[in-house]
Amino acid sequence: MSNKEVFFNPFSKSNPVIVQILGICSALAVTVKLEPALVMGLSVIAVLAFSNVIISLIRNTIPTNIRIIVQLVIVAGLVVIVSQLLQAYAYNVNKQLSVFIGLIITNCILMGRLEAFAMANRPWPSFLDGVGNGIGYAIILIIVAFFRELLGSGTLLGYQVVPQCFYEAGYVNNGLMILPPMALIVVACIIWVHRSINKDLQEK
Amino acid sequence: MENLNLFIRSIFVDNMIFAYFLGMCSFIAVSKNVKTAFGLGIAVTFMLTVTLPVNYLLNTYVLSPGALTWLGPEYADVDLSFLSLIVFIAVIASMTQLVEMVVEKYAPALYASLGIFLPLIAVNCAILGGSLFMQQRGFANTGTAVFAGLGWGIGWLLAITAVAAIRERIAQYSNIPAPLRGVGITFIITALMGVAFMSFLGIKI
Repeated sequence: MSNKEVFFNPFSKSNPVIVQILGICSALAVTVKLEPALVMGLSVIAVLAFSNVIISLIRNTIPTNIRIIVQLVIVAGLVVIVSQLLQAYAYNVNKQLSVFIGLIITNCILMGRLEAFAMANRPWPSFLDGVGNGIGYAIILIIVAFFRELLGSGTLLGYQVVPQCFYEAGYVNNGLMILPPMALIVVACIIWVHRSINKDLQEK
Repeated sequence: MENLNLFIRSIFVDNMIFAYFLGMCSFIAVSKNVKTAFGLGIAVTFMLTVTLPVNYLLNTYVLSPGALTWLGPEYADVDLSFLSLIVFIAVIASMTQLVEMVVEKYAPALYASLGIFLPLIAVNCAILGGSLFMQQRGFANTGTAVFAGLGWGIGWLLAITAVAAIRERIAQYSNIPAPLRGVGITFIITALMGVAFMSFLGIKI
């Protein structure tokens, strides 16, 4: 695989969330509003890129028996840095994300990419793979959060988007979109559209 | 009474799958048949019940601000809470290793059918999530932690077994649009069950 494929494939053809089914846990819980979804996406891109590079640099010295613990400790260290940075510079968003920043550690995308890619590739392709998969994850997060915030609260990034005259004419925000299960339905719709276009991904 | 209330709430209201979406990766991947799903559910329940009290003790006596006072008054202003993520995940990873060895020895059939997902319990969000919720909500004592862990575990077990049963039937009898087969329909089933579980909101015993 060329570096270009490594970087661009995760955007759609091997998207971590809707094709590899990794990292769904956090993808769903932080998508009520667009802002936390953006912050979460950026955090995952950063952690994924750097943990991929670090693991790739030391991949030949890690004993196979304890590799999971080594990987977890490196990821945990990076997540601690991200969480401290957020507490310092974006306290409100950090409050909304609550435990989910910590849960980046157990985000399956990280373990999946570290195991499948960084353990067998050189640092530069690993970096590209990390950034690519991070962006693929962020894209899904942003699409889901866009629809949930628009339909659920009538706002985007906190600004009122649905005009006031709609409400006066009887339009009501769809309260169901704010509830957690709707995130799953939105993702299912994305999968539906995505697999109708990419027929080779359909299951028998 | 307090603990019983918490236990019931953890199973139904704060259900790890339907309310928080924790542990979804293995949930989607392993829920193809009931038997494997049940085995994984038991393993997760066990892990939650064991790691939650251990992490609670670590949090109370080592990590939280002023927790080291038992070493002497001069430790009263030590705050190690920034280490909690690393400590929690280390406890969980080592417990997973232990469970893996026990299952391999005494239930080789289950070991073979769980395959890669047994070591992946270490990165099952539900387990670390449980410990982080424990820290965030400030549980009162070890008993609370045990009951909450058991409740969350049973809730997860219930969810994965139910969805696996539905998926088994659906695969045989339903004609689902091709793009939704497999993963897509599982998402929708889970969402509908999540809506159903919302009827438990506000339950009090």
